[in-house]
Amino acid sequence: MDKIIVGLKRVIDYNVRVQVKSDGSGVETDGVKMSINPFDEIALEEALRIRESGAATEVIAVSIGTSEAQQQLRTGLAMGADRAILVTVENDIDPLSVARIFKALAEKENAGLVMLGKQAIDDDNSHVAQMLSAVWSRPQATFASGVTIDGDTARVVREVDAGLETVEVDLPAVLSVDLRLNEPRYVKLPDIMKAKKKPLDEVPLADLGIEAGPMIKELSYAAPEGRQRGVTVDDVAGLVAALKDKGLV
Amino acid sequence: MAKVLIVAEHDGSALNPSTAKCVSCATAIDGAEVDILVLAADTAGIAAQAAEIASVSRVLTIARAENENPVTAVLAPQIAAVAGDYSHVFGPSTTYGKDLIPHVAALLGVNQVSDIMTVEGSHTFKRPVYAGNAIVTVEAPESSILVATVRVASWPATGGGNAATVEAVDGVADLPSHTRYVSLESAVSDRPDLQTAASVVAGGRALGSEEQFDLIYKLADALGAGVGATRAAVDAGYCPNDMQIGQTGKIIAPGLYIAIGISGAIQHLTGIKDAGTIVAINKDEEAPIFEVADIGMVGDLFQIVPELTAALS
Repeated sequence: MDKIIVGLKRVIDYNVRVQVKSDGSGVETDGVKMSINPFDEIALEEALRIRESGAATEVIAVSIGTSEAQQQLRTGLAMGADRAILVTVENDIDPLSVARIFKALAEKENAGLVMLGKQAIDDDNSHVAQMLSAVWSRPQATFASGVTIDGDTARVVREVDAGLETVEVDLPAVLSVDLRLNEPRYVKLPDIMKAKKKPLDEVPLADLGIEAGPMIKELSYAAPEGRQRGVTVDDVAGLVAALKDKGLV
Repeated sequence: MAKVLIVAEHDGSALNPSTAKCVSCATAIDGAEVDILVLAADTAGIAAQAAEIASVSRVLTIARAENENPVTAVLAPQIAAVAGDYSHVFGPSTTYGKDLIPHVAALLGVNQVSDIMTVEGSHTFKRPVYAGNAIVTVEAPESSILVATVRVASWPATGGGNAATVEAVDGVADLPSHTRYVSLESAVSDRPDLQTAASVVAGGRALGSEEQFDLIYKLADALGAGVGATRAAVDAGYCPNDMQIGQTGKIIAPGLYIAIGISGAIQHLTGIKDAGTIVAINKDEEAPIFEVADIGMVGDLFQIVPELTAALS
């Protein structure tokens, strides 16, 4: 395999407590820390390990968004990606169009693997890998917690509700990765300096011959209904009594 | 009028309760006519179970050897071929549905609505985003087919007593062979399934080891409960991955949830917020889990849990 494409989405950082805007138009992003979607970071780490094992020669980090997403791509380059592509769009873009963008890039680069996080922690959708598989007519292996490349195939262990499922896919293929696949490496300062010299190309969406499709409209955002703090019990007898009171035991 | 096709989830012989939950969601759409599609190697037994679900008009079946295991590349084209007669296609937001339904949507050339919590109209729904920190009302275009997953923890299973007609339908001729199922490694357990159990006992990192996690199993068995865990406990190797509850694990809605040694990270809480009663046992009285617990007890779990198990046995 020659190339691996990895998708890096810019999202609100994992540790930020997300607040809904008072007018219900979305969530607060002003002054909020943005990061690479944590699942995408795991995808990148796995791609780097595959390259380091000799099973691939180049890792290309891809993001789709405004020029602000350069930040996340530079982090990806510092982690070890060889080059980066930012597909620039003015507005939010729908998952099916994102899948079409990855298909166009995968074909242009003749990629052996496209690796993505299993979901983005903002919209929690889990769409793009599966949609890419459909529009690209190539295999998908989602929620991966183990990846072994063997020539023109990949053996993937998937985390499913019933346990761990193993599938074998022909390459090229699209993988979406789960939490326990690996622990992403820390970026060292010299790598950040080196990353500044690595190529980062900006490609306007129109240059790929793709027009963004209609979004599923977001009418309004609201905070979830909260739960109330209940009673405190002092001992096991009190706990059992409280459970009996509610008819639960 | 809405015509909803629900993709059945099953293990080759038994219908998963997630299917009857999807029916509840579908029937929340005014005047919806609901059909279920069963894809399997042998569809007879599963279709018979699906036909019993109330409000279902027809059960469609495609029986072929390739449908032995749930491989999306194989199932999705067959679903897309049937979907043309419908205004809506629903599947459960389990790993099965999450893997399959977006692929179906893309084959049909549309985007997909994920994790429907409530139905506000035939094309308007509420769904959680940001690990449940926000609920967004979304509206999909009425001009195209609507494909969605149903957040199973938000919906009760529709009851039985029905006898819908079962019809075999023609499948697609060519299916890809580029994706091959190899095996499934499943922990053997006599305990109730986490996603449908009436009660669930879950443990966090504070359990400290795989051996000490045994306390959770003992309490669960005294209650006849399912067993869950936090991401931290699974990452630490105390229990298998299929027990993880939360944003990236299972979303559950048991009548009783007992959280033991669980601090209550937001990513975990999003998986239990629909539980009927939440009980928290934790030594840290400042733990966020107490903010959402109906019954809280501050103390050492290694003393409390064995005592509680004995009291309930």
